[in-house]
Amino acid sequence: MNVLVPIKRVVDPYARVKPLPDGSGLDVGSVKFDVNPFDEIAVEEAVRMKEADPSIHVTVVSIGGAECEEQLRKALAYGADEAVLVETNDPMDSTVVATELEAVVRQLNPDLVLMGKQATDDDCNQAGQMLAAKLGWPQATFACKIEVGSGTARVVRETDTGEETLEMNLPCLVTTDLRLNEPRYIPLPGIVRARTKPLSKQPRATSAQPKTRVTRLDSPPPRPAGRKVGSVDELVAALRERGVL
Amino acid sequence: MKSLFVAFAPGEAEHAAGFFATLGGDWAATEVPPGLVADAAAAALRSASEGFTHIAAVSSMRSKDVLARLAGLLDAAMVTDAVSINSPTSFVRPIIAGTVLATVETMAQPVVVTFRPSGFSGDSAPGQMVSLPTPPEGQAKRTAENVRGGSRPDLSQAKRIVSGGRPLKDAETFERVIGSLADRLGGAVGATRAAVDSGIAPNELQVGQTGKIVAPDLYVAAGISGSTQHMAGIKDSKCIVAINTDPDAPIFEFADFGLVADLFQAVPELASKL
Repeated sequence: MNVLVPIKRVVDPYARVKPLPDGSGLDVGSVKFDVNPFDEIAVEEAVRMKEADPSIHVTVVSIGGAECEEQLRKALAYGADEAVLVETNDPMDSTVVATELEAVVRQLNPDLVLMGKQATDDDCNQAGQMLAAKLGWPQATFACKIEVGSGTARVVRETDTGEETLEMNLPCLVTTDLRLNEPRYIPLPGIVRARTKPLSKQPRATSAQPKTRVTRLDSPPPRPAGRKVGSVDELVAALRERGVL
Repeated sequence: MKSLFVAFAPGEAEHAAGFFATLGGDWAATEVPPGLVADAAAAALRSASEGFTHIAAVSSMRSKDVLARLAGLLDAAMVTDAVSINSPTSFVRPIIAGTVLATVETMAQPVVVTFRPSGFSGDSAPGQMVSLPTPPEGQAKRTAENVRGGSRPDLSQAKRIVSGGRPLKDAETFERVIGSLADRLGGAVGATRAAVDSGIAPNELQVGQTGKIVAPDLYVAAGISGSTQHMAGIKDSKCIVAINTDPDAPIFEFADFGLVADLFQAVPELASKL
């Protein structure tokens, strides 16, 4: 079985980043970049499947500039078998990403595409579902448990009101949520070994143009400063005065 | 310009009025029945959405699941979590866990939008109801479902919310302390990601950028430090109350009223004095 895990290079999700004063972009300064944490969960899950069944082959793919090689190497260090970089500096939105990933899927014929539910930079939560639509594959988003059998997948997914279980024939697409797993710590030998794993580069396969573009970035307005109260009685009085009780 | 509102849950139509009053133009409404898997729902919506310039729904896990798939089928432009509208082709939405607001221009039609209702006011009504065509059999099959909830109001629409963090220790303590105050207020219960991850509270109660985005009149945060991720989910609340033993907790910077106190004493005391 072949598993394809698309990953995105994102600005360090734990760093505080602000818009540039003129709103034209992000002030990333010396902030580091990393693998989108939800994609990291997808890589971890694929690697666990491989550890349980060594016949499973895990390919990671990223779309972007040459610098994305760093994130692909990290995914290889997790235990993925090979990496593909669709190298481009073109402007992209989720529709372009889904269209390019569709071409990669047609090229590699995976049985399962496993990817993060959203990227922590643009927070779109679109690419997985768009890709599943283009492929005509069943989808299970927000996965918190995945079991792959022969030709089928059973996915427990989080919903607005609890959880549900979906069963799908392969090939299918699954997007990962926080509670699927906790990605492992990558030991040094893994990172060293990853340097020798295959990483191929290819140009874009389509000429799809983005259908959205970001024209401006701003900081949200700050909340007006509040005050501390000294006791529960004082709190109750303040809430009554505010009219929220 | 003609828009289609897709309702996924009861009570969403009232939120749609404000959104479409701001967007302008005529709008129609359709309803996706509960229990329809995403591939079947999106296929049915594909034919229902013919002729509409905008297809919009209230942001939820379900609407994102279905509408992003619909956008893929329609080759549409998509905007997730719109919080305001500049024009029918320009929307504002939060990115990077709500720390930045992005203005997004759409360059194709149709436009598929999920929106956060708290950002919109105004009155409008749907011109017609569109019945959803019979959906195809789902490729995915739902084989089990665990719907939790009970008698409390729905978190994403509640006027009052009491949330707890990891200091609540375990599920029983969480329910006893947080649940009691919520019931006293007639409100919903929420939780931090840390509380959910450690099994103190169920996943659907998670409030924050990757959980539910809420905007109640009153939000009481007990034992919550105020991570960026959590604050992104509550910043549109009208009044935020923080109860925390740590006077330097970041949540005190955001709270309208802060009480430095042990939540195990202060929360029951608050409940008893309401």
